[in-house]
Amino acid sequence: MSFFKKLKEKFAGNAEAEESTEKYKEGLAKTRTGFTSKINDLVAKYRKVDEDFFEELEEILLQADVGFETVLELMDDLRFEVQRKNVKDTSNVQSVISEKLVEIYQAGEAEINEINFVEGLTVILMVGVNGVGKTTTIGKLAHRFKNEGKTVMLAAGDTFRAGAIEQLDVWGQRVGVDVIKQSEGSDPAAVMYDAVRSAKSRGVDVLICDTAGRLQNKVNLMNELQKVHRVISREVPGAPHEVLLALDATTGQNAMIQAQTFKEVTDVTGIVLTKLDGTAKGGIVLAIRNKLKIPVKYVGLGEKLDDLQPFDAQKYVYGLFAEGLDKEQQLEDAQTDK
Amino acid sequence: MAFEGLSERLQGTMTKIKGKGKVNEADVKEMMREVRFALIEADVNLKVVKEFVKKVSERAVGEDVMESLTPGQQVVKIVKDELTELMGGEERKIEFSTKQPTVIMMVGLQGAGKTTTTGKLANLLRRKHNRKPLLVAADVYRPAAIQQLETIGKQLSLPVFSKGTELSPVEIARQAIEHAKTEHLDTVIIDTAGRLHVDEALMQELKDIRALKEPDEIFLVVDAMTGQDAVNVAQNFDEAVGISGVVLTKLDGDTRGGAALSIRSVTQKPIKFVGMGEKMDALEAFHPERMASRILGMGDMLSLIEKAQSSVDETKAKELEEKFRTSTFTFDDFLEQMSQVKQMGPLDEILKMLPGANKIKGLENAKVDESQMDRVEAIIYSMTTKEKTTPEIINANRKKRIAKGSGTSIQDVNRLLKQFEDMKKMMKQMSGMTNKKGKKKMGMPGLDSLFK
Repeated sequence: MSFFKKLKEKFAGNAEAEESTEKYKEGLAKTRTGFTSKINDLVAKYRKVDEDFFEELEEILLQADVGFETVLELMDDLRFEVQRKNVKDTSNVQSVISEKLVEIYQAGEAEINEINFVEGLTVILMVGVNGVGKTTTIGKLAHRFKNEGKTVMLAAGDTFRAGAIEQLDVWGQRVGVDVIKQSEGSDPAAVMYDAVRSAKSRGVDVLICDTAGRLQNKVNLMNELQKVHRVISREVPGAPHEVLLALDATTGQNAMIQAQTFKEVTDVTGIVLTKLDGTAKGGIVLAIRNKLKIPVKYVGLGEKLDDLQPFDAQKYVYGLFAEGLDKEQQLEDAQTDK
Repeated sequence: MAFEGLSERLQGTMTKIKGKGKVNEADVKEMMREVRFALIEADVNLKVVKEFVKKVSERAVGEDVMESLTPGQQVVKIVKDELTELMGGEERKIEFSTKQPTVIMMVGLQGAGKTTTTGKLANLLRRKHNRKPLLVAADVYRPAAIQQLETIGKQLSLPVFSKGTELSPVEIARQAIEHAKTEHLDTVIIDTAGRLHVDEALMQELKDIRALKEPDEIFLVVDAMTGQDAVNVAQNFDEAVGISGVVLTKLDGDTRGGAALSIRSVTQKPIKFVGMGEKMDALEAFHPERMASRILGMGDMLSLIEKAQSSVDETKAKELEEKFRTSTFTFDDFLEQMSQVKQMGPLDEILKMLPGANKIKGLENAKVDESQMDRVEAIIYSMTTKEKTTPEIINANRKKRIAKGSGTSIQDVNRLLKQFEDMKKMMKQMSGMTNKKGKKKMGMPGLDSLFK
C-alpha cells in the first residue's frame, strides 16, 4: 500500500482527525499550487528517476526556502532511498519524498508537539521578531485552550510597540479571557511579575505571555527578554513551561538565525509557523527541525480563530501532496476496474 | 550560524586560478556556482538567480583581468557591479501631485511593517520636503491597528484620520481625502490592512481605494527577511494594484536581504526607502551599492578591492617579484612596498578586511603599531644609496650614523637589518618552492613579522 493511502486511511473514520485534515488541506491550498503542482509537473515530465530529475527536484525544494544545506542532505538521502527501494518510475518518488519529509518533521520523537501542560499553573512565553504574528497567535491559542475547558489569562508584555497592549486587549475580549497589563513603556519584566502573581492567586490553568517583537541581533532587547524569562522562572519554578517562537512562513534563511539566537536566549521549546495560508512554503522550518531539533507545535492556516492547528507532520505533508494522493487513488482505481 | 559570504566562498576557487591574464569559461562556470550558492543563501529567488548568473557569466568570460585584481576578484567585481546596476537604475524622487492633496498608499502582507512605516514616512516628508501629512487609519481588520496609528500620530504630533472600524476602508479613504482638502493638508498617507496577495476580496478593496483618486505613489512594504516567496508577493501586488515603489523594512536585522533583488527584478519598480530601526526617524534612502554588498555578504572585501585598485600598482608588484627571485631586492624596494600598503589605510583594518581573516584567532585584538612603520621608514631614509642597495656594507660606524640620523637606537637598526635579511631569505625559499608547484606567491610575505 502506498504511503499516502496509509495516511488517508489513518485519518478516515475519525471525525475530528478528518476535520483538521480538511483544515490543513484548505489552508495549504495556495502553498500546494506552488509546491506540489511543481512536483507533479516534474513527475509528469520525467519518466525515469535520473540526475536531471534530482536536479530539478532540488530546485523545487530550494524555492520552498528549505535552504541549501538541508536540501543537499535531503537529496543524498533520497538518492539512497531511491536506489535501495529500486524506484525507477518517477510517479513512485512522490511518496518516497513525503515519507522522508514526515521523517524529518517527526524526528523519532513521538507526540512532542503537544503543549507541556503541568499541574497547576502552566506558563507559556511567546517570542519572535517583529511582525510575525505573536499577538494574533496568542489570541488563537487562548481560544483553543478555553475551548478545552481551561482557564486562561494573558499578559501584555509588549509595552513597546504602539497599540500592542490594545491589540491583546481586543483579543482578550473576543475570546473572553482576562488580560494583565500596565501602561505603554513600562518594564515588561514588571508586567510579567504582576501577571504571574495574579495568575497564581486566581488559580488559572494557563498564562500566555506576549512579548515585544525584537530582531535577534539587538543585544539589549535580547537581554531584556532573558530578564523576562528569569522573572517568570523565579516566580514559578520550572516556568515558563513552553517558550514558543513565532516564525513567519514567508521568512527565508534568516529564520534559522532567529531560531538559533532565540533558543540560546530563552530556550525555545517549540515553533509556531504563522501565515502558511499564503503561497509561502515555510520550508526553512524543515532545516530548523533538522539542525536545531526544535519541533513545530502549531501552524497558522488562516485568519479565523480556529485556523491555528496543532502541527501534525503527516497531515502537513498530506496537505502538501493531497492532489498527488487523489491522482494515485484514481490510478489505482482504474487498475482495479480493469 | 552566520552564512559564509561570497568572498569566502570564492576564496578556494580564486586561489586555483590566480595569476591568469584572462578569465576563461571554465573559471567563470566554477565561480558562478559559488555565486549561485551565495545568492540563494541570501534568499534571492532561484529564477532571479539563474537569470542573473547567466547575464554575469556572459559578461565575465573573456574579460581582461585588471592589473590590480586577481581573476576571482575581477568576477566578484563584475557580480557586484551588475547587482548594483540591477537594483539601482534611475533614482526617482517621490511624486507629489500638482493637484492637492498628494495621495500615498501603503500596501503589503501582514506584519511587514506598514503602520510603522506610515509614521516614519510622514515624519520624513514633513522634515525633508516640508509637507503637511495626514495619516489615514484604513486598517479596520487587525485589532487595535487604528490605535497603533493614533499613538504614532501623537508621538509625531501629526493629524490622524480615523473613523473606527464601522466604515469600509474605501469610505474612510474617501472622507480622508476630502478632510485633507478642507484642512489644507497636502499629503495623505493611507495605511491599509495587511493582506495576503492571494486574497481576492481584499485585493479588490485596494483597487477600490485606488480608484478614488489616482494615488501619486503606491508603496509596497516588504519585510527584508522574506524568502523565495517575495517574487509571488511583489508580482501579485503589482499586477493587482500597480505599485510605484518598494519600502524594505527591518533591514536593521542581520538578514542578507536578497528579497530586494527578487522584487526589483520581477516588478522593475524602484526600492525607495529602507527601514533601519524602531525609532520614527529610522527610514533611510535606499543605496543599491550597499545592498549589493550586503546580499553578497562581502561589504568589506569589496572596499578592499577598491582600495587595492586605486593604490596598488600591479606592474610595480611584478617588478618586485622579479627582484625577490633574483635577490636584487633592496631597501628602496622595501620602502616602495611599504608605502603601497600604507596607502590602503590602517594596517590592522586591512588585515581584518581580508577574507578568512576573521577566522584567525586573536586577530580581532591585533593592533599594528603604525609608528613602528614610521620608524622603519626613518631608518631607511637615513641610509646612503649604496647602503640601501648593498646592506652588507653597513658596519658599526654606519649603524651609529643611521641611528642618529633617524632618531632611533642602534638596536632598532640592527633589528631592521636582521629582519630584512630574514625576509630576503624567506622570499628566496618561497619563490623556489612556489615555482616548483607552478603557483604564484603572495604579495608581501614577511612584512607581518616586521611589525611584531
